This record gives sequence, structure tokens and C-alpha cells, in this order.
Amino acid sequence: MLKTIINEIFSDVGVYDAIRVTFQMALTSTFISTVLGIISGLALERFSFPGKRLVIRINRTLMGVPPVVVGLIVYMLTMRRGPLGSLELLFTVKGMILAQTIIITPIICGMVYTYGNKTAPEVRTFAKTMGAGRLQTNLLILKEMKHEIYFAIVSGFGRSISEVGAVMLVGGNIKGHTRTMTTAISLLKSQGIFTEGLTLGVLLLIMAFLLQCLADFFRKESKEYENY
Amino acid sequence: MKKRVLGILLGTVLAFGMLSGCGGSNETEEQPAAEETAEEATEEAADTEEAEDTQQTETTEEGEEKGQLMMATTTSTADTGLLDYLAPIFLEDTGYELLWDAVGTGEALKMGENGDVDVVLVHAKASEEEFVANGYGVERFPVMYNDFIVVGPSEPIAATEDIQAVFSQILEEQLPFVSRGDDSGTDKKEKQIWEALSLDPTGNPNYLESGQGMGATLTMSDEKQAYCLTDRGTYLKMKKDADVALNLDIVCEGDSNLLNQYGVIAVNPEKYPEVDNEAANAFIEWICSDEIQKLIGEYGVEEYGEALFVPNAGTDA
Repeated sequence: MLKTIINEIFSDVGVYDAIRVTFQMALTSTFISTVLGIISGLALERFSFPGKRLVIRINRTLMGVPPVVVGLIVYMLTMRRGPLGSLELLFTVKGMILAQTIIITPIICGMVYTYGNKTAPEVRTFAKTMGAGRLQTNLLILKEMKHEIYFAIVSGFGRSISEVGAVMLVGGNIKGHTRTMTTAISLLKSQGIFTEGLTLGVLLLIMAFLLQCLADFFRKESKEYENY
Repeated sequence: MKKRVLGILLGTVLAFGMLSGCGGSNETEEQPAAEETAEEATEEAADTEEAEDTQQTETTEEGEEKGQLMMATTTSTADTGLLDYLAPIFLEDTGYELLWDAVGTGEALKMGENGDVDVVLVHAKASEEEFVANGYGVERFPVMYNDFIVVGPSEPIAATEDIQAVFSQILEEQLPFVSRGDDSGTDKKEKQIWEALSLDPTGNPNYLESGQGMGATLTMSDEKQAYCLTDRGTYLKMKKDADVALNLDIVCEGDSNLLNQYGVIAVNPEKYPEVDNEAANAFIEWICSDEIQKLIGEYGVEEYGEALFVPNAGTDA
């Protein structure tokens, strides 16, 4: 039903599937990156080791890594004659998720580390005096930082949904399989159909907006405890 | 505070959206066909061409640059390196610096329709004639042709001249096939061939649309060991220059369905006074001249062992 409506509005570039693939990819890669980013961000804050400053600098640099470079690296890794060729990840959504995870994890990790630096030591002292265990302490830190973490996840998701360079290279923009909204826009532009590209772009923004509203709705309960 | 910043950001995004929205609609409204004026323009163009000639020799002697010529063309002319080869000669001969944006034929013509470029060099005769008929272009001149080939693994399809046999086998055995699917000249050609053979490729679940340029589509075919319709030039160049050599063979060549004619068209200055029509005409005259036609016919022979393009300016192709 929705599929026929959407496919009637747009030219035959497989917009419905592109929307499905976009969200499948963005949600999965954001979820994986959130788990990896929070763990690595907190670990980076917690432990001191030689070369820590360098690691942090590298992390900051990777927060702005050009997606197309990540795309090229993942492409070379996953191509038939590459080291991961046997996994057959190239031109699949899994491959795209792999590339996006590499792009987004440093963003979430960097943000969690920065916020954690401000919040965690205090919480840790407090938790210690209350006799909390290690797990409890970490959960308390996460709870204290939940708004910042939410912001980090939103940033990661935003990067994921808007990215075109890496998903074009790794996914290959195959209609109905790995075409996303952004690569579909790129294709529409290459066909000279600018207005539809713009419409799809606005649709992408509206969907991101609705997802924000949904996320806000679920945050509401905890919000009531806060003094805004 | 956060909310205010967000508000400003959103406002900016919306403002941009509205601006570009307006721009788009204005452009689509301007569509009066100026067929009558096209002829006049050609005559004028011919005049300026002559004037151009005399000027050319002067400036070339002084070694001055006259300006830049912006061209929209297809990925194949750029990917084969032909333009890189011709541009310095064009600068030397006429004093114009040739700049180009290599896109699909559909987009190249769109750029011409929007007056973003001075001249287009593309290969989709029907669309080109429509472009001229709608008053966006002055006149279409044939320049050269190359041919398409079907490439892919040598098993199970044996090399042949018969495109009907190859495409039928792909469909019947549901062999993987990567199509451009980007409405480019090559993509249109491929669709035309399927149609001419009364075959429907979409019935094949292994028929994929890459939505990308020829080079990217070829590497994808290589990765997937799929069949693919390509122009010979891009295939030869990729086969020779790509880091990971293409593991694809020619399985079909020489069928009359596989010829590909290029045309050059100056964007109509009556419609877009800001285009550099003098430069465009200088380019058209230059690329159709005997000397340059000869260079085009020799291009690639040394490097690839065969010519990539066959010049045929002055014919009615």
C-alpha cells in the first residue's frame, strides 16, 4: 500500500526499498556503534596508560574521518580478492553497516569520553563512599550522563543516515538491495531529476524528525525527575 | 539556550530548502520552445565561427588564453582519457581552456537545458535531437562513434557476434547481469537492445541496477562475476589501468545493435545569453576538423592496441 504510493510519486529508482534499507542500516550501525562507543569511551576515561593522549588525538581525528576513505578501505578489505573477500560482504547491507560502524563509533566514543571526563570522577568518588560495586558505579555514571549519551547517539545516527560516500562505494547503490535514500538522491541528481531528489531529501529530514520525536517521547518519563 | 541554537539551525535549513525549491520551480517554468530562433542562431554562429578563425591565429601566436569553455559530457569520454588528451591541443589551437563535467547523458543534457554549460558532448541521438528541437541547443553535429561490448566470465557464455543469443541465454539461465540503471546513454542503449530483442530483463532475479558510472559498474560486475554491457573504451582502459585487473572477457562484439554515436551541441545563446557561444562554436568546428578527427581515430591505438573511437564528423550519423 505505502509501497505503491511512494513508488508512484518517485521515478523508478526503488525509493521504497531505499527507505527500508536506509533505516535498517542506520539503526543497526548506530546500535552497534553505541555499544562499542560507550564501552571504549568509558574505558578511555577510566584507565591511564602510556600513549593515552595519542589515542585520544587519534580518536578526535577519526571523529571527522572522510566517509569515502572508510568506504574505500572497507571496499578493499571486502572485495573478492581482498583479505575478507570470503565473507562476501561487498555490495551487501552488512558491508555498509560495517563501514558505518567504523565511521560512527569514534564519534560516540569521543563524546562519551569528553562528557565522562567531566562527570565520572565525581560520581566515582560518591559511589565509592556509598560502597557501590564496579558494575553499579558504571551504571551510575551512565545514568548521570544519559542526556549526553543520548546526544552522542543522535549525532551518530545523524551521521549514519546522511552519509553517502561510504555506502555508495561499499553498498554499490544496487536497486532494491543496497540503495539508500542518500545514494538514491545522488542517482536522481545524476539523471537530472532534481526536484524528486529534493523531495526525497525533505522526506529523509521529516523521518529523522519523527524519529527524534519518538525518542523524546521515550525519554519523557525520566525527564520528569530533572529540573529544566 | 540549546533550544535557541536548534531553532536557528532549523531556520537556516528551512530557508535553504525554500530557496532551492524556488530556484527549481523557476527553472522548470522557462520552457518556451524557440525552434525558429535556433536556425537564426546557427547562421549567426556560422558568422562568429569565421570571425573566430581569424582571431584564433592571432591569439595563438601571442600564446594568450581567451577563456574557458565549460562542457558537459558523458563519463565515457572522460574515463577513456580522450578529453585529457585533447584538451591541451584545444588550448594550443584555439586559446580556450576546456573544462568538463563528466556525468551521464541525461544529466549532461539537463545541464545544457539549465544553461550551466556552453556545449554538450553526449551519445543518445534521440535525446539530443529532442534537446535541439526544444530550443536548448543550436544544432547537433556527429563527431565519432565507438561500440558497446558485452563482457563477463567466459563460462557459460562463449564469445559470439550475436547479441540476441547472449542476452537470451542470460535471461533463460538467470545469469547475473549488472545494468547501469542510471538513465545514462549506455543505460538507454542497453534498455533499447533488450527491447529490440523483445526480452524483459527484469524477470531475471540476478539482474541488478548499480545506478553508478561505467567504471564502478564494471568493477561491480568483476566482483560479482556478472555480465555487463559497456563501451569498449572504458573496458580497455579499466582492463589495463585498474589496480585489481578486471577478470572479465568480451563475450559479444560486432553486432549492429552495439554501435554508439556521439554528437556535439552548442547550448543556445538565444536562451541563455550568458553562455560562451563563440567558444562552443570554436570547439565544434575544431573537433570536427580533419586534423582532430584524425587524432581521435588514432587515440588509444598505441596504448591499448586498438582505437577507442571511430571519427565520423560530416556524416549524417
